[in-house]
Amino acid sequence: MVAEIGQFTLIIALCLAIAQSTIPLIGAYRNNLSWMSVGRTAASGQFLFLFISFICLTYCFVTNDFSVLYVANNSNTKLPVYYQISAVWGAHEGSLLLWVLALAAWGFAVSIFSRALPADMIARVLAVMGMIGIGFILFTLLTSNPFERLFPAAIEGRDLNPLLQDPGLVIHPPMLYMGYVGFSVAFAFAIAALLSGKMDSAWVRWSRPWASIAWVFLTIGIGLGSWWAYHELGWGGWWFWDPVENASFMPWLVGTALIHSLAVTEKRSTFKSWTILLSIMAFSLSLLGTFLVRSGVLVSVHSFASDPARGLYILIFLAIVVGSSLTLYAWRANQFTSGGRFDLISKETMLLINNVLLVVAMITILVGTLYPLFLDALGLPKLSVGPPYFSAVFVPLMLPLVILMGIGPIAKWRRVPVKELFGKLKVLLLLGVALGIILPLAIYRDTTVMTAVGIAAAAWAILTALYAVLRLVIKRDSSTSFAKACSKIPRAMIGMVTAHVGIGIFILGVVFTSSFSDQKETSAKFGEEIELAGYTFVLESVSGVQGPNYQAMRGSVNVTKQGSPVAMLYPEKRVYTVQTNPMTEPGIQTGVFRDLYVSLGEPLNENEWGFRIYYRPFIQWVWIGTLLMALGGLLGAMDKRYRTLAKAEKKATNSNPVTQTTSA
Amino acid sequence: MIRFLIPAFLFLVLTGFLFVGLYKDPSLIPSPLIGKPIPSFATSTLRDPNKVITDRDIQGDYALINVWATWCAACKQEHAALVYLSEKLQVPIYGLNYKDDRASAINWLQQYGDPYVVNIFDENGRIGIDFGVYGAPETFLVDSDGIIHHKLVGVMTPDIWEKQFVPKIQQITSVAAK
Repeated sequence: MVAEIGQFTLIIALCLAIAQSTIPLIGAYRNNLSWMSVGRTAASGQFLFLFISFICLTYCFVTNDFSVLYVANNSNTKLPVYYQISAVWGAHEGSLLLWVLALAAWGFAVSIFSRALPADMIARVLAVMGMIGIGFILFTLLTSNPFERLFPAAIEGRDLNPLLQDPGLVIHPPMLYMGYVGFSVAFAFAIAALLSGKMDSAWVRWSRPWASIAWVFLTIGIGLGSWWAYHELGWGGWWFWDPVENASFMPWLVGTALIHSLAVTEKRSTFKSWTILLSIMAFSLSLLGTFLVRSGVLVSVHSFASDPARGLYILIFLAIVVGSSLTLYAWRANQFTSGGRFDLISKETMLLINNVLLVVAMITILVGTLYPLFLDALGLPKLSVGPPYFSAVFVPLMLPLVILMGIGPIAKWRRVPVKELFGKLKVLLLLGVALGIILPLAIYRDTTVMTAVGIAAAAWAILTALYAVLRLVIKRDSSTSFAKACSKIPRAMIGMVTAHVGIGIFILGVVFTSSFSDQKETSAKFGEEIELAGYTFVLESVSGVQGPNYQAMRGSVNVTKQGSPVAMLYPEKRVYTVQTNPMTEPGIQTGVFRDLYVSLGEPLNENEWGFRIYYRPFIQWVWIGTLLMALGGLLGAMDKRYRTLAKAEKKATNSNPVTQTTSA
Repeated sequence: MIRFLIPAFLFLVLTGFLFVGLYKDPSLIPSPLIGKPIPSFATSTLRDPNKVITDRDIQGDYALINVWATWCAACKQEHAALVYLSEKLQVPIYGLNYKDDRASAINWLQQYGDPYVVNIFDENGRIGIDFGVYGAPETFLVDSDGIIHHKLVGVMTPDIWEKQFVPKIQQITSVAAK
């Protein structure tokens, strides 16, 4: 019964999406206010019914309703309840339902927070989001219905894929989807601008925080994904350039370009058509990512079940959405006249180069990911493209980007004398280079050119970001107090600095981990001492442990450093009762400056086990940096000017238009 | 106007490729080598750099050639299955260690068990190119004359072994018996 309610509410949501995509649009053309306002109601309704539908599916999981095929395939009575809930999005059908729910949530958010927007613009934005909603709800209903019944009902479920039974996987997909789908808002704003021909500074100020928030979700989602890979796959790596990872990284790169390009469009009202194009691209890449993951055109470690019918559906949908929006772009983009002129050495130029580098980086990843597919389609012999390709092309593109990142925030709009820039930054440049040379030598008594360059870049990023904000305080008038100067720093500025410091910390983590990691893959007799990076590891015993839905062999590993105890680690080798594939659960001691990571191999004989030890310096900095980036994006999106603007515009629309003079 | 059409054009090309790609199963690449003898090669073995191995050293009524590398995540997944095939079912598996580092590859085998009769060490991936290797892991089935009968792209599992390899091996061995 509950499954039928879920199915029924999904169909209602589809009907509402159809209403949302047509009526407001017609209203916008006829200038009919009551037709336009249908968008808001329909968006709220769509969200409500999808939410009910989602709750129904969750209910089926929690109550072990194995007469629902999807539940029977992905759950089990022995599965702990928190994994029963996360199993809702553990496979294709349910994760698609989560996708549409996220889309509806964004639509709902737009309908709430944008009451001050011109009615015709909000009508167009919601209509575009409604169209995307139709596509995906239809996709769910036609090819991947999670509520399909199974007759006769299964007695026991086939259990959730053990790889997905991890806390990281409980929140990783929702975050990632919120990010993916969040770019649909910026996309809808772009399409609305193309349709109406209006793209003023109010437009930019409206779409900018949405793009930033979507980017924040995507950043957190990708970060959690790599955290999961590190904790669950059991071989100490955190990024594999896997097609599924690349699929999420490409919209992130373009999204990064977009939030920078929006800054230029807001402040200087230039780069307009480019901003529109980036908005379209960011969402198109999210759709492309969905296609790549769901259609099975590429082989991936994440290997979800794939089906050509589903692939064809998404491809047709992708072609309609992206094809028509790019055609619209080609037709209408030339009407956006560029604003202010700028010199070769100026903030505009630096942000332009930033954008070009990010887009080129995205293209190299796109090419690398699709390379086997291109060759296959052309009937050419295949070549493998792996991590070596990506590190070879990606790192050289990121280095100039990081260098620019230090200069850009300090450079002035329109033009800035080279001497002035160099005068301000030469000390920081020298300091960065010095740190790059000294730090690795001081900590590890060893370095290479690439390590020094990487650390110097990280130091440069952090120092220049801090300088960009501190100079506002240092160079205050003598009359303003320190505290007052601090409080006057705009929140957007703090956000930018936080994100840039985050990138610096991220780079520090990446460089130190890739340069100074150490590992031993050996066998260990009980009680045997194994040395790695100054630590002594002793596998004391291995004993059987019974989990809720698995049996495990758990090793007890005593770690000491020069005789003093450091940690007890308990790596496990699990065999899940239903799916019977062995899983490695590493034992990890996390520290600020290093992780100790042990995982258990196969038993070699009675008291000897295969044993892997990893020493991973600074690896946590990768995720700390990622978190700071996300926090920075959040702070930027919460800048006061977006809120005062909202209030001012609201006032203006509500009361006499004469009071509109004070908008920021 | 023209320059604004460029993105639409590029997207059109991409869509074409994706459409073609949709109907090609990446894990079932119809290797042009099926029905043909394995490409000839001569290189060193993994464990002993001084020992030469050539295509003529691959012997038996049938044999598997498994392409693997320590940098390949999926190879770790399939390793247990390979050890099972070689230890429990006495399947002769030849390894093609592809674009790898000798020390870490040897270490890996000591760590996880060595299912291979011998390993061909293909440091720069040249032999892999001759084999039409698309990515690791891949597994080829060859007969006593070195003719390739089947190719699997992706992870070997007991299930795939039963469904894809066992019937082909029965064919090969029954033909050989005649």
